[in-house]
Amino acid sequence: MKEFLLFLLIALVYLAHQDLWNWGKSAPLVFGFLPAGLAYHAGYSVLCAVMMAVLVKAAWPKRLETEENAGGDGDKDSAARS
Amino acid sequence: MIPVIVIFVYLAVIALIGSIAYKRGQDNTEDFFLASRSIGSLVFFLSLFATNMTAFAILGSSGQAYRRGIGIYGMMASSSCFVIPLTIFFIGTRLWAVGKKFGHQTQVSFFRDRWECNHIGTAIFGLSAAMLVPYMIISIMGGGTVLAGISVNPATHQPLIPYALGCATVAVVVTANVFFGGMRGAVWANIFQTILFLCFGLVAVAVISHALPLGFSDYISRLAGDEKSRFLVTREKMPPQAFWSYTLIPLSSIMFPHMAMMCFSARRVTAFKRTVIAYPIAIMVIWLPCVFLGVLGFAALGKIQDPDAVLLRLLHDYSPAWLAGILGAGIISAVMGSDAHQVLAMSTMFTKDVFAHYGGREKFGEHRAVHFARGFIVVVTLIAYLVALKLKEKHGIFEIAVRYAFSGFAAMSPVMVAALFWKRSTKWGALAATLFVAAFLVWTAFMQSTHKAGDVLWQIGAGADALKVFFLNPTGDVAFCNGYMTVVPMVLGSILCVLLVSLATRPPSQAAIDKYFDTASSRPAA
Repeated sequence: MKEFLLFLLIALVYLAHQDLWNWGKSAPLVFGFLPAGLAYHAGYSVLCAVMMAVLVKAAWPKRLETEENAGGDGDKDSAARS
Repeated sequence: MIPVIVIFVYLAVIALIGSIAYKRGQDNTEDFFLASRSIGSLVFFLSLFATNMTAFAILGSSGQAYRRGIGIYGMMASSSCFVIPLTIFFIGTRLWAVGKKFGHQTQVSFFRDRWECNHIGTAIFGLSAAMLVPYMIISIMGGGTVLAGISVNPATHQPLIPYALGCATVAVVVTANVFFGGMRGAVWANIFQTILFLCFGLVAVAVISHALPLGFSDYISRLAGDEKSRFLVTREKMPPQAFWSYTLIPLSSIMFPHMAMMCFSARRVTAFKRTVIAYPIAIMVIWLPCVFLGVLGFAALGKIQDPDAVLLRLLHDYSPAWLAGILGAGIISAVMGSDAHQVLAMSTMFTKDVFAHYGGREKFGEHRAVHFARGFIVVVTLIAYLVALKLKEKHGIFEIAVRYAFSGFAAMSPVMVAALFWKRSTKWGALAATLFVAAFLVWTAFMQSTHKAGDVLWQIGAGADALKVFFLNPTGDVAFCNGYMTVVPMVLGSILCVLLVSLATRPPSQAAIDKYFDTASSRPAA
């Protein structure tokens, strides 16, 4: 259920990017000088930060943190030679 | 003269940081290329952001806004606010984990090991290097242009720092910083650079608003009230297909070799937490003032010859000389922050994925590998500098190449997703996607050079109902299905290649699957 809600959040934020209703609008001027479309997308940027905060809180891959203590054991890129 | 002095003080500081980093460095490739995977949380964010922001974020954004209006912010910046943090969150953290666990320093090394195949890594190396080189060249060209633009003598209208000297200055300082300091030098310089260019937009808006004869609202209302300029404060001339297509372009970010290397360099995975939250805000802090000033420049300055110089013109006309110098240093920071990482990434890829992988390290040792990397940095920067000088008038070719590179790297992202999250993906699927992307880029370049704007390349049906599958749009770029950008068929094609060819070929060995999926610590969702 949590995964579904998070997926829904990402999908809704993505859809919110396609603001066709603002396409031909310049008014109202937010703070007296920001055209509506520009102010909307500035707000959208803040929304993205909020979305990422929710993801970090609810979907952080904790299992990766165990790697912090594991440490790298040298360059093994030559292991692929075959 | 004052702006020039300020900028040279700034450049001296960057070179000094490189020399301090040199004293702290160790003589092994992991330290030189990844600062011993020791980058802390705040520095990681500042450096990752500097790596990804080029001069385009300041000069290109304002120039595009001058030409096309406020829609540029939604199309390029806010789409990045959505996509880039998500890719860092889902892909960057997993890359960090496989790097930490298995010692990978480049994406290519990971791909080779994940699919137990040399050739897939070599193919991806070739494509990545081909797409990265134009980016490096255009960074040096950008540096030369900015230094020439900022140093124009008002009396003679001639630059105190000519283009060639400007390119050389940027190339030498970047080379010195990376040559001596490696990743540590680049990252330390990024702290200073990112703070400087994050402050740039806000200071520029404050200073310019104070000096302009009219208020912001007067200029914007004037633009909105005139039928000829109304499109600048709306999106009425921006095709929705192009606006939507662009949301795929930021997928390129995590596929840039220098971005992946930054992900490998974090000390802890928790460094990604603050980064992904702060990233959209940082994009807004840079892009919003620059886009706004670009539109404002149209109202305040009228027609200008070079729209990409609109911000430089506003600074020149409406800010004191010393401040113009500091703001100019902010622009140069954006140029050099990303250029340093591009140079380092090229050097890392060549040293690790070619030199060391094909026996150089065994033959010459780890110590010599660092010398080789340093030598490569000098050679590659010198070549980029000479090309930047020789082909100055043809910079448009490199701008087009960079546009291709963004689409190309974006179309390679399904390969990375498959490597990290899909056990059943195979080397053949990855190879098919890589060759498809390379072939599509070559085809696009060929079509663009042999056809003119408006030509239809492939159409289904006839008359008004015809579907123009591929055609050249009014700006001369190849477009897809009545106006979508070519990144759309490239990403779709790449996904299909990975998917279908993987399913049609033998799965990877159980050992490889166990290695990357069945351990407790790096088990990405299958």
